[in-house]
Amino acid sequence: MSDNLLTLTDANFDETLVGADTPVLVDFWAEWCGPCKTIAPILEQIATERSGQLTIGKLNVDDNLATQARFDVMSIPTLILFKGGEPLVRLVGAKGKGQLLEELDRYL
Amino acid sequence: MSEHRHVVIVGSGPAGLTAAIYAARANLAPLVIEGEPSSDSDQPGGQLMLTTEVENFPGFPDGIMGPELMMNCKLQAERFGAEFLTAKVTSVDVSSRPFTIETSVGQIFTADAVIVATGARSLMLGLEAEKRLLGYGLSTCATCDGFFHRGFEVAVVGGGDSALEEAMFLSKFATKVHVIHRRDELRASKIMADRARANPKLEFIWDSVVTDLIGDPTLEAAVLKNVKTGEETKLPVHGLFVAIGHVPNTDIFKGFLDHDEAGYLKTIGHSTYTNVDGVFACGDVQDHVYRQAITAAGSGCMAAIDCERWLEAQ
Repeated sequence: MSDNLLTLTDANFDETLVGADTPVLVDFWAEWCGPCKTIAPILEQIATERSGQLTIGKLNVDDNLATQARFDVMSIPTLILFKGGEPLVRLVGAKGKGQLLEELDRYL
Repeated sequence: MSEHRHVVIVGSGPAGLTAAIYAARANLAPLVIEGEPSSDSDQPGGQLMLTTEVENFPGFPDGIMGPELMMNCKLQAERFGAEFLTAKVTSVDVSSRPFTIETSVGQIFTADAVIVATGARSLMLGLEAEKRLLGYGLSTCATCDGFFHRGFEVAVVGGGDSALEEAMFLSKFATKVHVIHRRDELRASKIMADRARANPKLEFIWDSVVTDLIGDPTLEAAVLKNVKTGEETKLPVHGLFVAIGHVPNTDIFKGFLDHDEAGYLKTIGHSTYTNVDGVFACGDVQDHVYRQAITAAGSGCMAAIDCERWLEAQ
């Protein structure tokens, strides 16, 4: 796991986002969600390729109910890009690497 | 600039993967352009990636999980030498040989033969509010999103096997599942219909369509219209799942391959030949009668055999 790919929890969510010096892409996922698992390797690749520009945080919805409710996450995978702790853009559903980078690069 | 392949298979559901197994075993070294991740059922692995248990694919007395079945098919194809590319085909030119195929990752291929197995993707309701509410209560994947509706009421739109499977799955989480169907009888299989009717959490709303979705930022209600009486009602729901059918993924072939009014590719007689020599079609992309994983797999095998014999005759 590259060092800009983090595990987020309800407990460390706020401090991680505030403390990050890059925008943070939060990946809401679960073990039983097929499309979530399909994009997992893509997110790992993006973390490596955009190291220094982007941090990716994975939040398992099974264990972290507070954060998902806070951001009205009702579908997974949901990816929310945060800048300065504020949600900037939300992507719902699995997407290919090209499409993801196209969306993200606009904000990086 | 472009790379050449003997056989290119577009799509990686049961049809594409079975075609890949047979084509690989026939030493045709097929390249499978498997699609890109999506939650709309046009991803690698096809429609079964969004289901849980598949109980009607022969050979599995205890059923098998959809994603596991597709992973097995892919491994089997790889074992015999099939090559995979995770990309979408963005355009084709089959007006002359060799055929040209452009992909979403920039790579361009030429091919001696093409097997089209692009299947079908979920039909949406076509409402303005859909774009806003997708992911905020509106969903196309019950197995992905049912979890978020524990203790709430939800609705499923549709009357076929997919709709009932989704409704049955959702009843594990939701307090009530309203099944909204535009006719007064289900088109699902008898066994699914029986199970659905026996489920106390399922409630059927007949002769109705969804004309609008209400809620900001999250879904609060669906506006229903009775197609017989014209009466409009508001149904408060926390989640709405669309399972009204599929549309074949044939946009890139329009202009080249014959298709019916719904977009399904036409094949010749009982074969997988299309109107273009060297292009074969299998699976849901050319079948709107049966549309089962096993019939798709069967036609994938046929396509590989048709393709192999056609190539030999060139």
